[in-house]
Amino acid sequence: MAVATRPPGGRSHSRWGLAVRRNLTAYGFLSGALICFAFFSWYPMVRGFVLSLQHNNFVDPPEWVGLENYRTVLADPVFQTAWVNTVVYTLLALLCGYVVPFVVALVLNELRHARGYLRFVVYLPVMLPPAVAVLLFKWFYDPGPGLFNQVLGLVGLPGLSWLDSSSTALISLVIVSTWMNLGTGTLIYLAALQSVPGELYEAAELDGAGFFRRIWHVTIPQTRLILLVMLLLQIIATMQVFIEPYLLTGGGPEDATMSVVYLMYQYAFVYDDFGAGSAMGVMLMLVLMVFSAAYLRFSRDDTQERS
Amino acid sequence: MSVTATRPPAAPAAKTGGPRRPRKVFSSDHRTVVSPHHLNTLWGRRIYWAVLVLVVVVFTLVFLFPLYWMVTGAMKTQEEFLRLPPTYFPSSVTLESYTQAWELMGLGKFLLNTFQYAFGALAFTLAFDVAAAYALSKLRPVFGNVVLLAMLSTLMIPPTVILLPAYLTVKDLPLLQLDLLNTPWAIWLPTVANGFTVFLLKRFFDGIPRELIEAAQIDGASAFRILRSVVLPISRPILGVVSILTVTNVWRDFVWPLLVLPDPERMTISVGIASLRFNMPQTTMTAALVIASIPTIVVFLAFQRHIMAGLTAGSLKG
Repeated sequence: MAVATRPPGGRSHSRWGLAVRRNLTAYGFLSGALICFAFFSWYPMVRGFVLSLQHNNFVDPPEWVGLENYRTVLADPVFQTAWVNTVVYTLLALLCGYVVPFVVALVLNELRHARGYLRFVVYLPVMLPPAVAVLLFKWFYDPGPGLFNQVLGLVGLPGLSWLDSSSTALISLVIVSTWMNLGTGTLIYLAALQSVPGELYEAAELDGAGFFRRIWHVTIPQTRLILLVMLLLQIIATMQVFIEPYLLTGGGPEDATMSVVYLMYQYAFVYDDFGAGSAMGVMLMLVLMVFSAAYLRFSRDDTQERS
Repeated sequence: MSVTATRPPAAPAAKTGGPRRPRKVFSSDHRTVVSPHHLNTLWGRRIYWAVLVLVVVVFTLVFLFPLYWMVTGAMKTQEEFLRLPPTYFPSSVTLESYTQAWELMGLGKFLLNTFQYAFGALAFTLAFDVAAAYALSKLRPVFGNVVLLAMLSTLMIPPTVILLPAYLTVKDLPLLQLDLLNTPWAIWLPTVANGFTVFLLKRFFDGIPRELIEAAQIDGASAFRILRSVVLPISRPILGVVSILTVTNVWRDFVWPLLVLPDPERMTISVGIASLRFNMPQTTMTAALVIASIPTIVVFLAFQRHIMAGLTAGSLKG
């Protein structure tokens, strides 16, 4: 402890007095952050639970209603649609946004030329503000002069109605989010791939392992922790999808792109029902906590393994 | 292929040398999945160049072309913008859409707001979180571990989950009865409450040798003096990572500023442009998107190495 490092020189401070002083100083340093965490993180966490059990119009005193808000939300047919959409969206986003960056990173790792350019280009969309990227794609999806139907027309394919049809709207959102997030995953995987010891590939080759077997038996086991952590992070991030449906479709057509967070937003700010909105928030939290807990566990393993 | 084409004609010896031509290109210092031996065979080289060209072309089309389309689209006249089939180059370059976007949409105001939020948030984060991480790492008060755990536990709670109660808190701050909506404080203070920032800083401070701190203590330096003259100067790398993360997070954020800054005079650039998306012609809108991208792209170009290093080294949080 730092108490043992009391300055020599026979000052009259007692051991006890020094400890008190050290603690006061420490909490003085902590005070700013403590206040911010208390007001904007810890208190809202508790308040979310409390709100979900109340009817509250913020004028009259709040009324405790038990689980009624949860029942209201669960009885809403859109609630179920929103969860199904969110899960389908997450699975599709994983298919594109999880597998593709790993494959891209594998290819980039093999190339000896244009590496700087390729890394730069793949990360460029990540640097755009997400709202900008989403609004850019809103224009591309325009069935008339939009870029995508022009490109389809160029190769002789019929145009799609993209955001305007309930069958293609959700996948259109997945495309935007993949485009603007691909760079992050790619660069993280690329860093992980570069830490795979080359001798392992040589050994596998001597044992007669071909290209795909080397990937399967060397690359993937060597990067499995990063792969796992990224999987969990991506699930957590995509389950909170909001900005894409908010800006592109407004949840439509026919609720085909209504997501959980967007429905929560609507409950609170359109129907003015913060109780039901908070109940949705609590339910989403319970689902995401499973993944968060797993993430914290595995990312700790990862840092330990590296150090 | 280009390799064979560039070979000097009077070199028959190279032919008998077979596929293993000594070229420094594939003598990579780091072994990857494909063995350098295979790469150096004739077919290995052919496939390599084919893949390289394919990747460069596809990446340029997928990631760069949309941005090109955006920048040049906004340079076209309204008539050319809507022309079918579209033109690949603007036949007459006009900056009318850009000036229109700047003036009609008030982008200057939005940019200035966002700048104010991002750098104010950075100042508060550096002041409060650095001090807190230093206290937790080096001063080690009673219940320090409990405080740290409570701060890190916020990492388990995704931000959108506490969106509504956090909004209500900002709207009517408990105990103080302050309404922070439409004030910069609604961005600045919640940004400080970031468990990941505290985690990054504390982990770095933990690595600073005790002897350094103790030597300063023996010299009679106060805790603040030690932070300023010993800890901060050797913490530049992590301060850089935290600064870039904080500024880009505030700059990119959408949902939170959408809720807490509803006044059009106070909006961030992202929210401001989005709020006008139904009222502006597409050319003006596209020009606005270009203008909104410029600051982040400039930051990226300036700090590319730091951003990518921070992404892969310190942070796994996307």
